[in-house]
Amino acid sequence: MTDTTTNHEPSRVLDRVVIRFAGDSGDGMQLAGDRFTTSSALLGNDLATLPDFPAEIRAPAGTLAGVSAFQVHISDHDILTPGDDPNVLVAMNPAALRANLPTLPPGATIIANVDAFDDRNLGKAGFAHNPLADGSLSAYTVYEVPMTSITTEVCKEAGVKPRDAERSKNFFALGLISWLYTRPLDPTVEWIEARFSSNPMVKEANLRALKAGFHFGETAELFESSYEVRPAPLEPGEYVNVTGNTAVAWGLIAASRVSGLPLFLGTYPITPASDILHELSKHKNFGVRTFQAEDEIAGVGAALGAAFGGALGVTTTSGPGLDLKAETIGLAVSLELPLVVVDIQRGGPSTGLPTKTEQGDLLHAMYGRHGEAPLPIVAASTPSHCFDVALEAVRLAVKYRTPVILLSDGYLANGTEPWRLPDVERLPRIDPDFATAPNHTRPDGTEELWPYQRDEATLARPWAPPGVAGLEHRIGGLEKSDGSGSVAYDGANHERMTRLRAAKIAGITADIPLVEVDDEQAGATVLVVGWGSTYGAIAAGVRRVRALGHQVAHAHLTHLNPFPPNLGDVLRSYRSVLVPEVNLGQLSRLLRAEYLVDVVSFTKVQGVPFRAAEIESAILHQVDAEARREEEAGAGWPASAGGEQ
Amino acid sequence: MTDLAEPGAITQTTRKDWTSDQEVRWCPGCGDYSILAAVQMLLPELGVRRENTVFLSGIGCAARFPYYMNTYGLHSIHGRAPAIATGLAATRPDLDVWVVTGDGDSLSIGGNHLIHALRRNINITILLFNNQIYGLTKGQYSPTSEVAKVTKSTPFGSLERPFNPLSLALGAEATFVARTHDMDRKHMMETFRRAHDHRGASFVEIYQNCNVFNDGAFAQITGKDNRGEMLIPLVHGEPIRYGPEGEHGVVLRADGSISLVEVADVDESDLLVHDEHRDNPGLAFQLSRLSRGPFEPTPIGVFRDVERAEYGAEMARQIEETTARKGPGDLRDLLRSGSSWTVS
Repeated sequence: MTDTTTNHEPSRVLDRVVIRFAGDSGDGMQLAGDRFTTSSALLGNDLATLPDFPAEIRAPAGTLAGVSAFQVHISDHDILTPGDDPNVLVAMNPAALRANLPTLPPGATIIANVDAFDDRNLGKAGFAHNPLADGSLSAYTVYEVPMTSITTEVCKEAGVKPRDAERSKNFFALGLISWLYTRPLDPTVEWIEARFSSNPMVKEANLRALKAGFHFGETAELFESSYEVRPAPLEPGEYVNVTGNTAVAWGLIAASRVSGLPLFLGTYPITPASDILHELSKHKNFGVRTFQAEDEIAGVGAALGAAFGGALGVTTTSGPGLDLKAETIGLAVSLELPLVVVDIQRGGPSTGLPTKTEQGDLLHAMYGRHGEAPLPIVAASTPSHCFDVALEAVRLAVKYRTPVILLSDGYLANGTEPWRLPDVERLPRIDPDFATAPNHTRPDGTEELWPYQRDEATLARPWAPPGVAGLEHRIGGLEKSDGSGSVAYDGANHERMTRLRAAKIAGITADIPLVEVDDEQAGATVLVVGWGSTYGAIAAGVRRVRALGHQVAHAHLTHLNPFPPNLGDVLRSYRSVLVPEVNLGQLSRLLRAEYLVDVVSFTKVQGVPFRAAEIESAILHQVDAEARREEEAGAGWPASAGGEQ
Repeated sequence: MTDLAEPGAITQTTRKDWTSDQEVRWCPGCGDYSILAAVQMLLPELGVRRENTVFLSGIGCAARFPYYMNTYGLHSIHGRAPAIATGLAATRPDLDVWVVTGDGDSLSIGGNHLIHALRRNINITILLFNNQIYGLTKGQYSPTSEVAKVTKSTPFGSLERPFNPLSLALGAEATFVARTHDMDRKHMMETFRRAHDHRGASFVEIYQNCNVFNDGAFAQITGKDNRGEMLIPLVHGEPIRYGPEGEHGVVLRADGSISLVEVADVDESDLLVHDEHRDNPGLAFQLSRLSRGPFEPTPIGVFRDVERAEYGAEMARQIEETTARKGPGDLRDLLRSGSSWTVS
């Protein structure tokens, strides 16, 4: 295997490159992209990835609807997004080319599997002429590589039938790109050997295709040179490449460890959240119980039942499931039991865009229950941040005896980034603080537990799972008498309880970090406020604007209910506040309502994350507007006319 | 009775110990009172602890039950009690979890949760109070109401065929299925005892009179004067006979059907011998449908009691086996379980 490491000298060093693997949903593009990412991570590049696949498992072959793509951005420096536009497009068929041409900037490289560009596939993709032959791609550097035929040829020697061999062509593409960007094959070879150990024929076909691709790059003299992207200067430490969903799962396991609470996941499969169930179901030796329920309602119900019994109850879902869970989450608000609801947002409403990302559920999380039913909301900004946010969700749920909604989305769920592993010994403990003794004495001197006798500081009620003699008590969804918890219908008590529940959640603001503002020279007039997965695009956009010589500030929210205590002051200290969101302006509504600040909403709902360039241009627009306003004010306009004091 | 009990020892309790201080608010004359009494009288006999006993319910008249029990209790939301109980029972095998439900709660809005809890054989005891009517919402027809029933929401008569709760439970792979009625405390207590002792999901249908909205629905078979002729007690290992002198019986016909006979007309050895433990639920299913409604001779007692792996125990077994094989989970190793690399 050693002849495939790097026996050629790369002639060009790049600081970064964005590669997009695109093909049919059955072509194995996600796998090729994933393996390329792993090799790059092991080489020490910084990276970010964006899988982009259709909702259908196998849409009709060769059609635009069936195109599945995986974009990976690798670099020798710290990067924040999977890249706006690909530098290189690997197109396994005409549909993959057509679907991705709109995002391909002039000068980009196209590596096309020329074998797939026959009349039938061209027709299916809607090409009247072969774009490889009609000169329409003259703005690009196009390499035509017969991937299918070489793959079937090299596999034939191993006795693999052509139809089976063809399925290994993704490994040919991976081998070729690995050569082009000087990635070693060894990690992929090892992976293939382990993954296909029980199927020697497939293993052999994949290995042969991989090496054939690599050797093709070296010997075909098609490519002028190969390229190198050197390691990024990452902080010292041990790293893994992690998806958001894996990080959520690991964060929950970590939370179970630091709290001593056994983890129970009640859930129902739904894209793009199911991978959390898959990951947690593997780790029974951490005492993790995973329950695949009959529906979304049962998933959250079982999680709440487990919480009543003293476990760490968690449910995971996406938008349609959050709709169905609303009633049970409301019950959890009323019961005041810890419960973590993980919502991996996707395009809505209804079934919407199951495999595409969106930030459409913020107001649903905030208000999607009948009655006054507030609860804490936290959101993850990057794939690895999902680990921290899972721990934070559990901390708040346990400490305040409340359901907490954790918002992630399809982009974070499947995207990856290198993550410097935390020191697990130093993760803060979470104290379940179970009730151990009665807290109320009856007139006759006997003692009992009043389940709604609150802690004065946190307003949290005692958590008293069954099993302790003397603490027997009944709770339910009917309104309860303040203190004793007995059923109570009187209006004054209901108002008191409603206000207490609201005050408990609002009070959490004193227990969360101040929002940090990235304002390099403290002279910016424009503040960009984001939440969740827009972090990378906003931070990259801000960098670009600064590189153009402008000042701009960035604040990113993890806690969305309650907000950090200093948020109002931060918002009011800038001339204008720009709020980019992948929805129609949900955070901006909350900020306006809460702080009476006239924030500017900047939105997009195309099932994909913001591009850094879009953020850059929105910020520049805002910076220009502020500059103009200042100029006008400086030119002596009366303050009353300009409206700017 | 609120002293912290000594761990280990189970003190002798009385009905009073299992009764909470809450005023019972069912309508006077409701069948629920006698069911509550049967449960409160049975529990001292079971040798179980109050602190390890949980009553869980959904919504409906029956669902108020947990408030009246001096145990741990959870009054949840409509139809979801079996789902909530699943999470509790799967994580707390040390608890006795009772689910109290009605025909609307468990057969209408919560039908899905009921069948899956039975199928999974969750370690819970389900008491289904069947009064063939919606009580708490004041008198609409339920999924067990008879065809053509005139109610507030069906002034021209219901168009729907009712569920047979026992047939449904048997079809859902239930491992313990029984029927009793609110007019016979002794029979209730005996049936509940059996349901409690069964490991896995136990399903008990209780014919319960709603004297306000559906009074006398079962009077033709449960009334004191009618029982002898109209209730068919099922006794494991015994030929199925009923009537004041045991003069009626049940036979299995050559075509596989079962029917009622006069014992005098057949050879006694032809009577069907009841077998609760029969693996195949076919005969139990036939018995569950022997009567077309509470106006014909109707079997009561335990229809089916078979052993199957219980869900929570199986979950615990997988955890134990995996831990024995892989060792207890190590968080540091978990985070490194992908390919990790070190930057120095």
